[in-house]
Amino acid sequence: MRLIQKLGEWFDLRLQLGTPIRETLEHRVPRESASWFYVFGSAALMCFMLQIVTGILLALIYVPSAGEAWNSLQTLNHGIALGWFIRAVHGWGSNFMVALVLIHMVQVFLFGAYKFPRELTWIVGIFLLLVTLGMAFTGQVLRFDQDAYWGLGIGASIASRVPVIGPWAVNLMLGGPIIAGATLSRFFALHVFVIPGLLIAFVGVHLLMVLKLGINEWPMPGRIVRRATYIQQYHELTQKDGIPFVPAAVGKDIVFSGIILLSIAACALYFGPFGPSGQPDPTIIQTAPRPDFFFLWLYALLSFLPPSAETPILLIGPAIGIIVLLALPFVAGEGEKSWKRRPIAVLTVLLVAVSLGTLTHLAEHTPWSPVMDAWSSQPIPAEFLEGRTALERHGALVFQAKQCHNCHSLDDKGGQRGPALDQVALRLTEDQLIRQVIQGGGNMPAYGKNLSPAETTALVAFLETLHPANQKPASNASQAASLGASEAPPR
Amino acid sequence: MSSENGISRRAALVKLGLFLNGIVGVALAIPIVRYLLSPVTRGKKIGYESWLSLGGLDQFPSGQTRLATYKNPVVDAWDGETDDIACWVRNVDGQKFQVFAINCAHLGCPVRWFPQSNLFMCPCHGGAYYQDGSRASGPPERGLFQYHYKIEDGKLLIRAGEMPTPGQPVANKARGKPTCA
Repeated sequence: MRLIQKLGEWFDLRLQLGTPIRETLEHRVPRESASWFYVFGSAALMCFMLQIVTGILLALIYVPSAGEAWNSLQTLNHGIALGWFIRAVHGWGSNFMVALVLIHMVQVFLFGAYKFPRELTWIVGIFLLLVTLGMAFTGQVLRFDQDAYWGLGIGASIASRVPVIGPWAVNLMLGGPIIAGATLSRFFALHVFVIPGLLIAFVGVHLLMVLKLGINEWPMPGRIVRRATYIQQYHELTQKDGIPFVPAAVGKDIVFSGIILLSIAACALYFGPFGPSGQPDPTIIQTAPRPDFFFLWLYALLSFLPPSAETPILLIGPAIGIIVLLALPFVAGEGEKSWKRRPIAVLTVLLVAVSLGTLTHLAEHTPWSPVMDAWSSQPIPAEFLEGRTALERHGALVFQAKQCHNCHSLDDKGGQRGPALDQVALRLTEDQLIRQVIQGGGNMPAYGKNLSPAETTALVAFLETLHPANQKPASNASQAASLGASEAPPR
Repeated sequence: MSSENGISRRAALVKLGLFLNGIVGVALAIPIVRYLLSPVTRGKKIGYESWLSLGGLDQFPSGQTRLATYKNPVVDAWDGETDDIACWVRNVDGQKFQVFAINCAHLGCPVRWFPQSNLFMCPCHGGAYYQDGSRASGPPERGLFQYHYKIEDGKLLIRAGEMPTPGQPVANKARGKPTCA
């Protein structure tokens, strides 16, 4: 024990870090900030450290070459003892880190912590969010599989839409005219050197400011932030009612970080590593690329935007979002901190959360994508065929053979790109069905050139049977009236 | 030597040092920027876009649309499989051809051909195209990208070398009026 103390003294005489470290650890924080609401930032930092460690471990095996990356991932998954676990921890750590950064941001926003004098802490926090998302995207590319390959194609297509410099941006992003060796190498450099460097620098500045300016006090309704008086008030608060960060406030941070690490390990053990999916061979086109979880909302948005609005929203939307976030502490740098007195702030968070949640949920089901193999793998349920005439059954065959099923569902089977057709005969008359099939429209291709008249007749005859037994199919009343004069049975 | 003189001489030395380092910085910045922009400038070199064979005409029966692959003209040894690019070849009537890029004109996903319904469908966001590559439905703002093609010695050649994107539809120069040798 005495030896340790002597060693410590020997080092401290030379390093002279003991006093500043002790002062940092014991700096006084407001009593209420020792709260379960104040643990997300430190947990995100813990995730980042875990990512650094697991990232270095993966780099021992991973080969950042377009020709070898996929094989080296297979070796990691299957050839190296517990390589799969390290990959799984890195993958799940990434998801947890993005989630924690977002939760931390929401907490900071709702507790008004971005207000004076912590504007710059918030702004650096925005940059931290951006570089964290940058890590998530570049990391997805390093898992060089089919999803990564086509994901890069999507990224390039988005970049190409930037006015004037678009084509150059694509070449710069891909490192050449196509997705190839140079592309993976530069994403490796970004993921392993550039962005982590920025991340470490931003985390350093972020933490420094948290220490220098003090952690945000618990917001009390009615306690108004004013530039002239805030620093004085905060100082009094921490002096009168403060507690030392270590050991009084740090306990919850440590416990929560531990729970997070355990959760990551549990997810890694239970769910295993992410991919890789198929080889990054562009000639294998039987693939439906999907982005990772935190970019699913964007994937959904891209399929719902009207074509004409897509480019402007895609390019201007993110810029506006970032500007709004950066401007927030300057627009609302004073005033109420408590979320109980900031209804618009609460509603904004709810709106954003519900929007992102809905889009993410939709992206998991991709109702906008044709089910590419429904025509050959999902038969028409028997109840739609029983008791039908030969013509109607032939129509059902046309329905399958012409891939109608890829976009239209029957009994919830098949694509959801177009409307479900279980009761289509109630909505459209025979003539309307013929017109819709032949001319298309309303986001449906025209099949006029692809169906023979006999096939169209059969298909429409089948569609005409799609109505509940107790409801008549739609009919054109005026047509019936005008035709009825000649067709009515003689009295 | 007066102390004032000494200070001014030191200040001058600092200025000189900063000036020197500034010159070195600029001198280094030029090659660094040039190096970083090489993917952009490299595109102007000859051979970057080349005529590539998709194979003999007998592989593309009249009236049908078939998948073809080619190797990108500019390659690195470590590209692996990424140099092999797919495209769709439509033999319109035995004389005229259309060669479509595999990439959807929306966001570049690989479109698939369905000969039964004569449609190209995209698995990503649901874009669909008719057999002549024109837009049928979904989010794409335009038809499929097309490559220039020519026929030489019974082989189908296309001019390729760059991934077509909505902002840079290089493969689309021949749109509507395919060049034929």
